[in-house]
Amino acid sequence: MPQRKPQRKPSRSKSPGSGPSRIILGTRKGTIILERGRTGWKAGKLAHGGVAVSYAARDERTGTWWAALEHGHWGPKLSRSADGEKWEDAPQIKYPEGTRYIDGYLNDDGSAAGVEAAMASAKPLRPKLVKASLKKIWYLGFGASDQPGRICAGTMPGGVFVSNDNGDTFELNMPLWNHSSRGGDLSQGECLGAKTFWFGGGAGVNGEHTPGIHSIFFDPRNSRRWFVALSCAGVLETSDDGKTWQGRNKGLLATFLPKPDVEWGHDPHYVMLSKNAPNHVWMQNHCGIFYSADGAQSWKMVSKEGRTAHFGFPVAADENDGKTAWVVPGIADDKRMAVGGALCVAHTQDGGKTWEELRKGLPQENAFDVVYRHALDIKGDALAFGSTTGNVYFSANRGKDWISLGYNFPPVYSVRFA
Amino acid sequence: MARVAFARHLYRFFPALEGREIRVKAATVAQAVAELERQFPGLAFYLVDEQGKLRQHVNIFIEEELVVDRERLSDSIQPETRLYVMQALSGG
Repeated sequence: MPQRKPQRKPSRSKSPGSGPSRIILGTRKGTIILERGRTGWKAGKLAHGGVAVSYAARDERTGTWWAALEHGHWGPKLSRSADGEKWEDAPQIKYPEGTRYIDGYLNDDGSAAGVEAAMASAKPLRPKLVKASLKKIWYLGFGASDQPGRICAGTMPGGVFVSNDNGDTFELNMPLWNHSSRGGDLSQGECLGAKTFWFGGGAGVNGEHTPGIHSIFFDPRNSRRWFVALSCAGVLETSDDGKTWQGRNKGLLATFLPKPDVEWGHDPHYVMLSKNAPNHVWMQNHCGIFYSADGAQSWKMVSKEGRTAHFGFPVAADENDGKTAWVVPGIADDKRMAVGGALCVAHTQDGGKTWEELRKGLPQENAFDVVYRHALDIKGDALAFGSTTGNVYFSANRGKDWISLGYNFPPVYSVRFA
Repeated sequence: MARVAFARHLYRFFPALEGREIRVKAATVAQAVAELERQFPGLAFYLVDEQGKLRQHVNIFIEEELVVDRERLSDSIQPETRLYVMQALSGG
């Protein structure tokens, strides 16, 4: 029998050291803001009660709080707040008329064709074209310091919506939407012969799966250069502020495919670069942990199957030391559980050559926690993460010691220092 | 003009819906949704997606009959029709 969770009061956990004073959680049951006072962390300020929140964060440049909602009935919505207390619907993200994507292939009689049979046929592929509608707002990326109004939203089906006016209006990035890796411009006609290499993906609140964009990050040296990562296709880079996109998947391995070193078809779970050493980019991938020391131009797997640090969803890169990163491992894709029933954070300081397991303050028995891709964050020496079983942990000293900020939260989708 | 009643859950997001009779001048359900959007900006996107398709977990009843055309909401309505915007209780 699993042990009962400790019954101590989580809202008054004493926190060692200094550092960030606010954390915003996106959870299955709303947005929760944790604040650190003189006596420790305290959970308060619930917003969007009862509504799933796939991502929540505060834009430090403007002070605006953002939450991506997944209403069970009423569809995905973007919500914003000036103070974290009073929230309102923001202008909504909508796919433009005529945007379509490929969702399988059809026989001549309109019946669904098996993908393999369709690919093997001598006839041009007949794609099943679906009108795009918003399934999920999966991520919000706030632009570089010289782009004060820039906010990018990563969505399902896989789009990036760009705002240059602090979210008053959003526009779908069409060069990425029409990228050759997903069949090109699909807005007109039957698009015979069009073929997509994007597949799989995360699930919306209603269980609909489409490829989706979950990571967006900017080169702090050149704001016209930025990246997106998605499940499933891989990583793409633009160096002209979104006019053209190139795949950046060299060295990645998709071990769930017949040919693992494909150009497209990779499943990065989350990608993050080191803020002050931006050539160093970290990826927790479905198939292991990958590291790039050349600005995502090439990747190297830095984990091994069977070791603790290998499978998982989130990764956090140190702001200054590009070779330093943290992950929260799970067993494997077919066992999305804490390794050995014990929760640990794995830490490398040498570009993934070695991994240290950080466990002090984390439960070491009867733990089933999985930490989702946006549910680990770093700010300076502070780290925080939240799990699918509603536990939230904080470390003020780079993961050496952890304290619980609460054991009974809803399933946690995102954790961000605010 | 057709009268429209709403699931009370929508009052949380559109408090102005509560406690009043909503009337729309429309010949089809799609026109009714467009008129509702004019009266209550933002409401249509709660009921339909950006393609105009009724959301999977939303139902609209014309009197006691469930709307037939969920894609384009072309079902016709009469001046005294009563429309009911409800949650579809998928999921139990």
